[in-house]
Amino acid sequence: MSDSKQLTAVQRADLRTVAAMIVPESLEYKVPGADDAVIQADMLATLGRDTALVAQALDHLAQLAGKPLAELDEAGRDAVALEFRKRGGAAAATLVRVVLQCYYRDDRVLRSLGLELRAPFPKGHVLPDGDWSLLDPVRARGGTLRGASR
Amino acid sequence: MKNDPVDVLIIGAGASGAAIAWSLADTKMHILCLDQGGWMNPAEYPSTGRDWEAKFYGEWSSSPNVRKRPEDYPINDDNSPIKVVNFNAVGGSTVMYTAHWPRLHPSDFKVKTLDGVADDWPIDYDALTPFFEENDRMMGVSGLSGDPLSPLSHPPMPQQPLGLSGPLIGKAMNELGWHWWPSDTTVATTDYEGRARCINLGHCTPACAQGAKASTDITYWPHAIRAGVELKTHCRVREILTNEQGMASGVVYYDKDGVEQFQPAEVVIIACNGVGTPRLLLNSVSGRFPNGLANSSGLVGKNLMFHPYAQVYGYVKEPTDSNRAPPTCLWSKEFYDTDLSRGFVRGYGIQFGRGAGPVFEAVASEQKGILPWGKDHHRVFRKLNGHRLAMSAICEDLPEEHNRVTLDPVLKDSHGIPAPKIDYTISANSRKMMDHGLARGREILEAAGATDICINDPIPWGGWHLLGTARMGTDPARSVVNEWGRSHDVKNLFIVDGSIFVTSGGVNPTSTIQALALYIADQMKQRLANLFD
Repeated sequence: MSDSKQLTAVQRADLRTVAAMIVPESLEYKVPGADDAVIQADMLATLGRDTALVAQALDHLAQLAGKPLAELDEAGRDAVALEFRKRGGAAAATLVRVVLQCYYRDDRVLRSLGLELRAPFPKGHVLPDGDWSLLDPVRARGGTLRGASR
Repeated sequence: MKNDPVDVLIIGAGASGAAIAWSLADTKMHILCLDQGGWMNPAEYPSTGRDWEAKFYGEWSSSPNVRKRPEDYPINDDNSPIKVVNFNAVGGSTVMYTAHWPRLHPSDFKVKTLDGVADDWPIDYDALTPFFEENDRMMGVSGLSGDPLSPLSHPPMPQQPLGLSGPLIGKAMNELGWHWWPSDTTVATTDYEGRARCINLGHCTPACAQGAKASTDITYWPHAIRAGVELKTHCRVREILTNEQGMASGVVYYDKDGVEQFQPAEVVIIACNGVGTPRLLLNSVSGRFPNGLANSSGLVGKNLMFHPYAQVYGYVKEPTDSNRAPPTCLWSKEFYDTDLSRGFVRGYGIQFGRGAGPVFEAVASEQKGILPWGKDHHRVFRKLNGHRLAMSAICEDLPEEHNRVTLDPVLKDSHGIPAPKIDYTISANSRKMMDHGLARGREILEAAGATDICINDPIPWGGWHLLGTARMGTDPARSVVNEWGRSHDVKNLFIVDGSIFVTSGGVNPTSTIQALALYIADQMKQRLANLFD
């Protein structure tokens, strides 16, 4: 297992490949894949406390593949992915989470989803108050409070 | 280093510590509170940044074992299907909670009498009524009075909007003929006592940057400090010492520089909740108290109750509130009371969830296997994201001595203090209750038109409610503190947090914890002349 603070070049290459396996580019939805250079740069810059587990997951992937993931054909990659997801444990879960948390904060992806490109604070959101007459049947049924003295 | 003695020393500045500090301040005694955490800075809360969701998996995780802030202590919960979650700071876990604000019901105080299980509390609901009301004013509660199946409350602010998710849930519950009602919450829906009203940041659980969600650092503490209470932060208490009379003489703690200090006190009040409190008592060993302080009953650390959460969620065609609203807005008490035809005793409350943000949705759905890798990922994600509805059955956990907090023989915190170890199993009664909740949850979601229904059984990182490990009672052989929170063994030692619960009810406990703290403060004030008799 690698425990360095940085991923190696081989690990970075496999990270790009597996990220695209998880979330590929889509022309239909006009979004990049998770192997996009900007998204990859975000992942590498914010790995932080996840670095060791992500490196462990990538080492596991490399072991399953026997060579750089990118050199496997599609069927080979699918087989590796299946095994990785089945037996990868916390490290695999961390790797997938890192990919998804960086992907789903990318401006292009959020725009495609119809989401605003901002932090929740300070603007917040507006909620409809809703139809409170929906409570009428609950009021009509009433009820008693068990064990109450009054 | 020895400090000047104080009249009252409170350990822990969270929900209960803040409440009792404020209440006792009018006695004009010298009151000091020590907390292992510090003041939080809302400008640094997750919802102020674009990476707001990612932080919940790291430095803002609800688990201290993941979060690992310097203020946290590790907890060995390997031998429990439910992991302990908490927060350590001024405000304690009120900084990081959903702000859902039900109270225990009157029936929860007499489960032995009504249902023949566990034990009755030594006090009843009516004893706490004025303190529930006082606490609701201090914390600032929003809600709708008049729920036919909940204790009467008088929230000073109107309820949260139904939003997009609320009507979907309400219609489904009406179709089934089941009770539902807008939750009391500590989310301010109007400007209130210096707090700005909720603007629906959505990501409320890991702290509210707007300050609309009540946490005691912005409710009780400013009042308590203005009234003269002293609060020292980044001070971690190692043990409570006793004198030759068997009374608490003060505490040994590590200050913010890691220097060991002794703080003498006339009265010591513990407010560290259901894991921190037994940990401290068990670490306070002496010749007179070889099994830990206040532990002549042998019950310190035992009877841990969590509330197993059985969660069901699914996806509707209509858009839901997703991350654009406080996470909870409605509750149901349809299955709260005992009905033996269900196959179990006691019951559960239901807490409805409005939805989730995109990162949480992607991560959770991938883990559940409903969000695929590859080219179909985008289509499926668009079907799921912003369409989630959820419900959780908050199951009443009954006290069992084998569910317990002990000291881990190996694991220690950053000051070398032995860490807590949790041994916990879900009982057969709770298991049946959870199964019932899962089945009803599926019916509710199907009535709402949801598909792709998933469950969390239990929610693994759902150990928010830490109860019962220093229970109250009138019999010193069967309880740790008496009916007004004083230790049976050490007459100047009080406990005011969730550890004194006798039973757990089927609702979030913080409202009741704080009402208990105010009640105990009131009892102490009435007995000041003979507090140690």
